[in-house]
Amino acid sequence: MSLLTRRRLITAGLATAAGATGLGVAAKLSRRYGLVPPDCKGVYGPGETLTYAAERILVGNAMAREFPRSMISEKPFANEIAPPKEAFKKMQARNFVDWRLTVDGMVEHPMTLSLADLKTLPVHSQITEIACEEGWSYIAEWIGTPLSGVLNEAGLKPGVNYIVYSSIEPDTWESIDISEAMHPQTLLTMGMNDGDLPVGFGGPLRMRVPRQLGYKNVKFITRITATDSMKKFGKGLGSVSPEYGYAWYAGI
Amino acid sequence: MRVTHWLTVAAFLALLITGLEIVISHPRFYWGEVGNVNTRPAFTLPIPSSRDTVPTGYKYVMPDQNGWSRYLHFEAAWLLVLTALVYGAWGLASGHFRRNIVPVRGERSWGAIWARLAKYLRREPPDKQEEKSYNVLQRATYLVVIFVLFPLIIWTGLAMSPSFTAAFPATAWLVGGRQTARTLHFFLTWALVVFLVVHVTMIAISGFWRRMRAMILGRGSKEEVR
Repeated sequence: MSLLTRRRLITAGLATAAGATGLGVAAKLSRRYGLVPPDCKGVYGPGETLTYAAERILVGNAMAREFPRSMISEKPFANEIAPPKEAFKKMQARNFVDWRLTVDGMVEHPMTLSLADLKTLPVHSQITEIACEEGWSYIAEWIGTPLSGVLNEAGLKPGVNYIVYSSIEPDTWESIDISEAMHPQTLLTMGMNDGDLPVGFGGPLRMRVPRQLGYKNVKFITRITATDSMKKFGKGLGSVSPEYGYAWYAGI
Repeated sequence: MRVTHWLTVAAFLALLITGLEIVISHPRFYWGEVGNVNTRPAFTLPIPSSRDTVPTGYKYVMPDQNGWSRYLHFEAAWLLVLTALVYGAWGLASGHFRRNIVPVRGERSWGAIWARLAKYLRREPPDKQEEKSYNVLQRATYLVVIFVLFPLIIWTGLAMSPSFTAAFPATAWLVGGRQTARTLHFFLTWALVVFLVVHVTMIAISGFWRRMRAMILGRGSKEEVR
């Protein structure tokens, strides 16, 4: 066994002090550069923070993989949805002409857009894979308009760090950081494989975040809110997912 | 450096348990880029699922454990990777890999490995030489575990990340797609479990508590191998 010598004690003391200082500096820097996820507390906080920070640094603005048309899944799987409510069915019967997307929070011009309004914005399509945290996946062509265009139209106020997006379904909302929100592939999706986006896949309006797993791709979007901090939303963990025990950041 | 061994044990066990929990939510495996309940699986595990959308043949749906399992899986993966970096740096710098892991010159052949395996099968006692360091079969095994299985399981794990593959698409296409990566990740898990079982069995045969003491306290008397 090693003996406790003075030299060993001094070395260990210095190493601990250096380590603690290093961690303190790292924590401060990570906060400044937005590398700390809203669900950074608790036993899984360190792992989650490392994952989020590492992917933010490594991945940057890289584009999600896009695939050739021949790889589009013939029979994509529409995950379960809650049975549509009466209000939804009424809108569906009228071909969703009454569907409204509210853009509010820290924006210069809060606005309410219909699907027709969204369709006047630049059209973008991408053939990307959607993967569920359970393990399964499929490839589809997703057609819509980039979220960044709508946010630019609304005019983000300085200091916006997150975009919160909510479904018509109760208790269904997510958020992404501003760099993910402004990413060119982050899409307000209205079409799929050359047709309208079917209800089973989130039609008439789904948030498509191809660099994150399925549960960040919320269906039936009705509201987008710009904010500087997630503390004011729900339990302050970033989205409803961490309230059910799932990670806020779903890049892996 | 024995601490890296035990950190790896803790990380591996956490990864194993949480990994199996995650598999239960979709116990079907596929080759290629995509796979879901509408595509034909390469194989299916004969277990109930924790999702009612997966046709398993069972009426029973298991409780959903994916939330904490996924949190812990990635946290343990970080522990494994960071430990591996420390161990790898130490192994190179100290000459541990060169001295104890790479087979000694003259034994770098299949013949030498087969000869040592035959000795195990005849249940002959180990040579004097083997009290100081590992024999060729042990070296070959550790070499594969440290430099092939662990790197590959980390690789195939990252190949499933939609974000990581955005930055490094080759991680996915080099192995043949996301679902292939997932299937290989599963096979690699079992390869490491087989290693774990054989490893613990060999320790039990050669004196469990003596070996445990050596690995925990470092006092291995004569047969210490660090």
